Amino acid sequence: MAVPKTLGIETEYGIVHRGVDLPNPISASSLLINAYLSGRAEPGCGPGAPRVGWDFVDESPSLDARGFTPLDSVAPEIETHMVNAVLTNGARYYVDHAHPELSTPECADPLSIVLQDRAAEYIIVESMAAANAVLSDGQELVVYKNNSDGKGNSYGCHENYLMDRATPFSRIVKHATTHFVTRQVFTGAGKVGCELPFRDREQVPFQLTQRSDFFEEEVGLETTLKRPIINTRDEPHADPLRYRRLHVIVGDANLCEVATFLKVGSTALVLAMVEDDLLDQRLAVVEPVQALQAVSWDLTLSHPLMLADGRTATAIEVQWELLAAARGYLDDRGDAMVGGPIAHEVVRRWESVLAGLETDPDSLNGQVDWVTKRRVVEGVRERYGLDPTDSKLAAVDLQYHDLRPDRSLFARLGAETLVDPEDVRRAATTPPVDTRAYFRGRCLSLWPESIVAANWDSMVFETGGETLRRVPMMEPSRGTEEHVGTLLDTCKTVEELLERLST
Amino acid sequence: MSDQERAGQDRRRTDASSSDEVTDETSVASSATERGERLKNELDELLDEIDEVLETNAEEFVKSYIQKGGE
Repeated sequence: MAVPKTLGIETEYGIVHRGVDLPNPISASSLLINAYLSGRAEPGCGPGAPRVGWDFVDESPSLDARGFTPLDSVAPEIETHMVNAVLTNGARYYVDHAHPELSTPECADPLSIVLQDRAAEYIIVESMAAANAVLSDGQELVVYKNNSDGKGNSYGCHENYLMDRATPFSRIVKHATTHFVTRQVFTGAGKVGCELPFRDREQVPFQLTQRSDFFEEEVGLETTLKRPIINTRDEPHADPLRYRRLHVIVGDANLCEVATFLKVGSTALVLAMVEDDLLDQRLAVVEPVQALQAVSWDLTLSHPLMLADGRTATAIEVQWELLAAARGYLDDRGDAMVGGPIAHEVVRRWESVLAGLETDPDSLNGQVDWVTKRRVVEGVRERYGLDPTDSKLAAVDLQYHDLRPDRSLFARLGAETLVDPEDVRRAATTPPVDTRAYFRGRCLSLWPESIVAANWDSMVFETGGETLRRVPMMEPSRGTEEHVGTLLDTCKTVEELLERLST
Repeated sequence: MSDQERAGQDRRRTDASSSDEVTDETSVASSATERGERLKNELDELLDEIDEVLETNAEEFVKSYIQKGGE
């Protein structure tokens, strides 16, 4: 049975240190994050303020959801020595390999995800300003929200969805794969060129997605090699007997708020239908890796996909079927498991975007990233009569994702917004009220000096006694403002909080 | 596919066809041209503006953008 879809997005950003001979992306990422943490005035931040670090006790990225680990698979490593901070909005901000990465706090609906994803961008912009203020003249850190350097190196924007542990993993694989292959028509962030061997810019001058070139397997544990469409990491960050967390690595980082909203909202609905076993078995896409790339490369949106029952259908046609099923799901079972009333807005938007893609994709300028980016790339190409392989077009692509407010191309394109900029600023420091992120974020604001470490499913408090106290948070939908708001408002000390929590 | 799901699809298709019927073909053509003109003008203004912020040496910029290690 479907469980409430607690949601999160983890974004790895591209980073460039300008003005130095031998830039080091690891130290640049550390500088970026440390500058932000030192420059803030909120509790837990500022010069000399206690830093609340990440607690790695529940990290087990090598566990495989299939219940076994194939001999040739390589699990992600955990780097415990890097900068790794928890913010007062409940987010995690850290250095992952050679990138700055920000994981949003847990959100209860896709609009909350849009708000937190934008708050993450705001935090990056503030971080750049703080870092550049301390760098020597002529140096600058620049951060890009994209997923590829155009030279075969990719970094991810991962989505997380809480699911029922009882759902057979094979069923998730079948239907989620179909959605991931076909949702690209509205989730793609657009890319100039292709990064697969033997395909050059002449053959694929522009494609729908940043990421699809990098996928080689249908199912697996890897995230950096032989990337699979379905990642099997089994790390629920919640009660493992009740829940699994589907870790989705196949998507692009979106700039368009509508695209983020629809990417997460549609996927939450599809996964709820998978849990309730409502999806048509015949809708499975055959040879999904090839299909993923074929859909991404086809700007006419008409590539025929082979389905399990021998039919062929375009990605848009498959999406219409998933949308019809989602509408039926909401009619029959309500919206409680998929984000409440906002789920109806997801369905409305899903319909209008599919209709737009079918009749006039350009009408989705400002809603769908690949459409928005392609308009500028094509405009520049026509204005200067450029060859499709001209570097200027690749430069336009990169600069679409530049997060500097004065340099961002995206910021100039007048994209539709779903959240208010003032709410975004607030969300950079205050947590969502309707998940356990509320408890984490509020505690960090109130008693930063008493928190030794925090992670997704627990917090460790120091109260001056001989032992540290770990508070487990195994239920993502508890610890909300409704549950603990009054408690946190009325406790004067952390000792009182722990005392009252244990009674 | 359940009947309810089908109903959802049918509803969409009906909406699309009924709106086609009530619109006069000539007005569709002229409004499409107007819209095309407006979009083109908007794009031209946008491209003027973008030219001012685009990296001056595109080739060098693209070549030096290298991101290794991730996920």
